[in-house]
Amino acid sequence: MSPPPLRRAWARFRAHRTAVAAAVVVAALCLAALGAPLLAPADPLAQPDPVGLQNRPPSAEHPLGTDRFSRDVASRLLYGARVSLGIGAAAALLAVVIGAGVGLAAGLGTAAVDQVLMRSVDVALALPRVFLILLALALWEDAPAWVVVGLIAVTGWFQTSRVVRALALRLRESEFVQAARALGAPRSRLAVRHLLPHVAPAVIVSATLDVGNIILLESGLSYLGLGVRAPAPSWGNMILEGKDQLLSAPWVAVAPGAALLLTVAAFNLAGDGLQDALDPRTDG
Amino acid sequence: MSGGAGERGSGAPNGPLLEIADLRVTFATAEGSAHAVDGVDLLVQAGETVGLVGESGCGKSVTALAVLRLIEHPGLIAPGSRVRFEGRDLLALSERDIRSVRGNHLALIFQEPASALTPVLTVGSQIAEVVRTHQGGSRAEARRKAVELLREVGIPDPEERYSSYPHQLSGGMRQRVLIAIALACRPRLLIADEPTTALDVTIQAEILELLDGLQRQLGMAVLLITHNLGLVAERTRRVYVMYGAQIVEEAPTEALFAAPAHPYTQGLMAAVPRLDEPRDRLAAIPGQVPPATAWPSGCRFHPRCRSAFERCQAENPPLLECGAGRRARCWLVEEPVISRQVAKSPRTGQGEGGRAA
Repeated sequence: MSPPPLRRAWARFRAHRTAVAAAVVVAALCLAALGAPLLAPADPLAQPDPVGLQNRPPSAEHPLGTDRFSRDVASRLLYGARVSLGIGAAAALLAVVIGAGVGLAAGLGTAAVDQVLMRSVDVALALPRVFLILLALALWEDAPAWVVVGLIAVTGWFQTSRVVRALALRLRESEFVQAARALGAPRSRLAVRHLLPHVAPAVIVSATLDVGNIILLESGLSYLGLGVRAPAPSWGNMILEGKDQLLSAPWVAVAPGAALLLTVAAFNLAGDGLQDALDPRTDG
Repeated sequence: MSGGAGERGSGAPNGPLLEIADLRVTFATAEGSAHAVDGVDLLVQAGETVGLVGESGCGKSVTALAVLRLIEHPGLIAPGSRVRFEGRDLLALSERDIRSVRGNHLALIFQEPASALTPVLTVGSQIAEVVRTHQGGSRAEARRKAVELLREVGIPDPEERYSSYPHQLSGGMRQRVLIAIALACRPRLLIADEPTTALDVTIQAEILELLDGLQRQLGMAVLLITHNLGLVAERTRRVYVMYGAQIVEEAPTEALFAAPAHPYTQGLMAAVPRLDEPRDRLAAIPGQVPPATAWPSGCRFHPRCRSAFERCQAENPPLLECGAGRRARCWLVEEPVISRQVAKSPRTGQGEGGRAA
């Protein structure tokens, strides 16, 4: 008896050292974000001494120094991780759900449904994503975080839907789908019970890779002053605040910058590892 | 979930269980439309076992799929085709109603037990799914029935096997699971498309025994689709022979094997190795099956037929009566003179053709 597919995938993933390291980093980042209130040495918004404690280098009391309002950079970094990871995960999840749903509908539906959905995706892919998001956020001032999540997700599911549709088109010809249909299963059940588990690996991989991209995108928006707005900390607006003192107080911008680099790299490497583990055909 | 069980046996109680009339299925291809099934008539009476024989590509599997309306784009069941089952016109049913027939009153088993089960779901849950689709009921009830069905098809430790994944079972066990699924709702008709082709010979016999026993016990009819003449000889009462998307011969099994009327059937039988008539070489039918986009004019078998004469090239014969309950799509039935000449010719004289005369 061969082991179940998931156990084999896990064995392959474990053998991939970089991916395991990346997954550990991702887990640590998530824990840090969740535990921010416990781990943070100070209140991220508190300005204990805006004059005397401005732009202090790292010290025992302030491990990553302070910014120009005397706020503790380490604390802001931890709370900023909640924003970055939260928006990244939520938007990636939402995008993947929409993409998988549309992809399954197109792949399993009638030729007309397929045509309408996929031609719409073709058009949508031609739209400039960042520009659209910038425009929406510029018009909706002080948009809450869920709007940012929604905008990123709604403009980010197109590739997933194409991948899922391609898989669904291939699988609908397979004998087990034919057999399930011959037993009276409605299309919706074919999609959810018989096809979804097969497209799940591809979807999980694309979601993981997406998280990194979305974190970057959100940071970019915040850097432009459109995503998460001051005084709430986000890595993007921390870099924005630190850029003017890049030479006099580099820690203010470098800390969130390094965190961003580490996070995005970790998600991408973990995603690659997942891909190799879940889809053996890509084994080098 | 629409309840269909109550309608069982409604319609014409004395008519045939399944009646296919002038069934045509075409597939749009780059080379033009392929006529995969081209005017098939076929009857199955309640409780009877009927064989449908032919080479791969002759349209027998497409016929089976068309009965349950499982033909998908770019395939199309041509208007004018009729499929009546238990007195109901299956081609006129709504999508919802045809679903309540599939796997319920009329079940299909496929050729490949390895690929007809969804690999990511436990076999038990796949049986339970069918039970719940057609009979409703709670999960626990469906589970109990699934275990019962696994026991019925002779799977040891059914409670434990319920949670097995398809890849953890052998080919024979998987085919048993497929039979359990097909029989879950006690169908009146089982269409078995090459049910044993992918299995070892010893397992084949076990599976056929199992099917036989269950058929007797449930009183269901079986349409056995195969290219294996031995299987047909052993298991069926009546046979349809298919060639070139059409039925070319229809006969009671014994009569067919005693004296095949159509040259194609004769060729098929001459191609079966026999222990009692030692030969140096097996007689193969010359030539190849033409593509479904370009059937030859006249009789579709004439380019490969050694008895062909002028009329065969010009006109495709209808199914002609040639005995009790027998019909053959061959002009020789109407031309006994030529038929006798052909029978006396030295090449066919040594084979089954000699006995036919």
